[in-house]
Amino acid sequence: MFEQALSGVKVIDLTHHISGPYCTKMLADYGAEVVKVERPGCGDGARNMGPFMKDGPHPEKSGMFAYLNTNKQGITLDLKSQTGKAILLRLIESADMLVENFSPRVMPSLGLTYERLKEINPRLVMASISNFGQTGPYRDFKASELVLNAMGTEMYSRGISTREPLKLGGNAVQFQAGAVAALATTIAYWQALEGGYGDHLDISIFETQISTIDLRGGSLLGYQYSGRVATRKEPGTNRGYPNDVYMCSDGYAQIGHHALEFFPRVLKMLGHPEELSDPAMGTEAGQMDDDLKGIFEAYFIPWCLERTKLEIFLLGQAANLPVGPINTMEDVTKDPHFEAREFFVDVEHPAMGTVRMPGAPFRMGDNPWKLRWPAPLLGQHNEEVLGPLGYAKEDLVKLREAGVI
Amino acid sequence: MGKLPLEGVRVTTLTVVWAGPFAEMLLADWGAEVIRVESLQRFANSTRGYLPRPSPAYVKAAAVLAAYPNDEAGERPWNRCALFNFHARNKLSCSMDLTRVEGKELFKRLIAKSDVFFENNASGVVDRLGIGYPVLKEINPGLVMVSLPGYGATGPYKSFHGFGYHQEAFTGHTWLRGYPDLDPSNTSVAVHADAAAGANTAYAVMLALIQRRRTGKGQFVDLAQTEVAISHQSDSVLDYTMNGRARGSIGNRHYSAAPCGVYRCQGEDEWVAITVNDDREWAGFCRALSPSTGSTEWTGAERFSSSIGRWNNQDELDKLVEDWTRQRSNYEVMYALQDQGVPAGPVINNQAAFDDPQLKARGQFEETHQEECGTHLTPGLLWRAKNTPNHIRLPAVRLGEHNKYVHKDIIGISDEEYARLEKEGHIGVDLAPHLK
Repeated sequence: MFEQALSGVKVIDLTHHISGPYCTKMLADYGAEVVKVERPGCGDGARNMGPFMKDGPHPEKSGMFAYLNTNKQGITLDLKSQTGKAILLRLIESADMLVENFSPRVMPSLGLTYERLKEINPRLVMASISNFGQTGPYRDFKASELVLNAMGTEMYSRGISTREPLKLGGNAVQFQAGAVAALATTIAYWQALEGGYGDHLDISIFETQISTIDLRGGSLLGYQYSGRVATRKEPGTNRGYPNDVYMCSDGYAQIGHHALEFFPRVLKMLGHPEELSDPAMGTEAGQMDDDLKGIFEAYFIPWCLERTKLEIFLLGQAANLPVGPINTMEDVTKDPHFEAREFFVDVEHPAMGTVRMPGAPFRMGDNPWKLRWPAPLLGQHNEEVLGPLGYAKEDLVKLREAGVI
Repeated sequence: MGKLPLEGVRVTTLTVVWAGPFAEMLLADWGAEVIRVESLQRFANSTRGYLPRPSPAYVKAAAVLAAYPNDEAGERPWNRCALFNFHARNKLSCSMDLTRVEGKELFKRLIAKSDVFFENNASGVVDRLGIGYPVLKEINPGLVMVSLPGYGATGPYKSFHGFGYHQEAFTGHTWLRGYPDLDPSNTSVAVHADAAAGANTAYAVMLALIQRRRTGKGQFVDLAQTEVAISHQSDSVLDYTMNGRARGSIGNRHYSAAPCGVYRCQGEDEWVAITVNDDREWAGFCRALSPSTGSTEWTGAERFSSSIGRWNNQDELDKLVEDWTRQRSNYEVMYALQDQGVPAGPVINNQAAFDDPQLKARGQFEETHQEECGTHLTPGLLWRAKNTPNHIRLPAVRLGEHNKYVHKDIIGISDEEYARLEKEGHIGVDLAPHLK
């Protein structure tokens, strides 16, 4: 019966845009029964987010929505109407989790506070994801992916000193918040299973950045330790060699690492050329010496230019040297490694046709990631979800006419 | 209530750098007993620092994220580096030498008493040590094991390795986040891949534990850090698979919103981020610039009145926005725009974060005292739970700090055996002297 890790776990999904839907996608893809509740008429704003299939903007053809909502059932409910709210409360009675990412004032304004919900379901795990948290002076502030990057502290040191700080690509911060929220929700669910009581989680995207691992956590504590500010790099600064992005015959590759232990592997990759036989190059002082760096690069730069980024990647790996070709999404989706692992999956979508998208973020031995069905069309599962609550077909017609669904 | 959710779950790990350690932190923060197994004979680069015993010159030149208290490495540098200490709270540490027979035996006895084991070494490392999943599941059929190498447990690149930023390059992220007008050597590194893989690993552990409650059986989870990283850039993947468009970088701009950028403010290297998504936010932006009339000479211009007009004229728009932000502090701009419902916020650096009103009001930084480092503010938990008040309980763990507890109380070796293993270099608190 429990063929996936979360089979049988019921989730009410009041999320929209990216962070919340990515959280519930992670639950749904590993088996949870997720009922996504959208506003009648327009639905989740992500339906209007690009990229669209064949560049045709349409609420049922957003690639983002199609990716973020796989394996969910979709219903529409007007939560401002008494009937809509009553239906939602019925669904919550038997749910294990509720995930929402409204602005913090919305749930209380609908009368849907955790205090009220726990009365009808004491074991409910309610996860509230917001930009800045449910409390504090920024509670009602608006944010964007860029603003969250900016406030998360790492952006300040990303890029070069003569230019503006750089954000991460795409919507990485909101994806990360969604992944953290999925973890938080399952930890609280574990507590409900073991301890018999639910919880209300306050997940601030801002704080999932401040306290995350990457260059920022160390830099925040590093400031406490040293009083130094992490700045953007000066172009041309020597940070050991090779330890940079180098041009290749067909693009670029990120080659090397600044630790001394890697220099012998560089020589191994290059086949120990005579030009680079000065033993000083492999010492701490030599790695900081600009003249020696010049000698090194006089050999190394042409060496890279004669090879493709993939060739250098493979030669580097054979010498145990970290190299990363700077791939485009074309390279990534066609890479033989991901092909062999069948990482990208084809989803059959009623309005979009075949959509190729990233598959399992991790593979579980006994209870796999599974694509059960594509993202729901707006209100696709109204009948399936509301039927068992006692709403007959004619009731649904009335609810629809009243604008409730 | 009052108990942490993961109390009673024992997690043993063999991790390096950041992806694995982040998963440890996320589970340890919520009560799991996380035991780091560390070696005294081998120094894992970029984990407890970049060098085992760095020179004073190296320490002074170290990046801020690898700083030592007062820029001094101290007697045991491996216990003092920010690179490690910021994530090392709430964890335990023990030492073993897994390259020797006795070390492997100790490790297996620890696994027999663990619920979870995870490791992020290059694929094949634990198998070569003789402690791969097939061996461990015989010892403990209920064991949940996650391996999270860069490229996964199968496929042609399975044994390949690299740091987070090499994976960022491989997975397309580096190409997507540079200056649109400069080559990617100016992009500087980012390691979102570590953060993403860490959170996914901890999540995989929870799923496998939930499954085990029902079946009583453990399992092996194969997590490729690169695949998680790609998932976080799905919008760009889909633009290629649906439209054949391999996106380049648009820097801080947005595919539909304008203005969207970071703009210079008053002061040295001070910046503010602003995004105007739609006409309503644009009206708010105009009001913020001219509270009385709702528009200025330029904000009222016809070419900026529609989303498409703003998007098509964003070079000009960006200059005009910056003329306004330059005369104000970044926080001033944030308050002025947020008052009108416009997303805006300062580019906060690692110093300014400690003064941010929101982080202060919510107590996001917690004071911790570590014996060899002193008292400092540390980034706190990633989320709050109403029924489970929670704080950092233990400071950054020192190498081998919990040897007695792990070896005697959990594994159950005698005092004599403990003394012998100490003498033979398995158990201790100092890296071997040959490690420079």
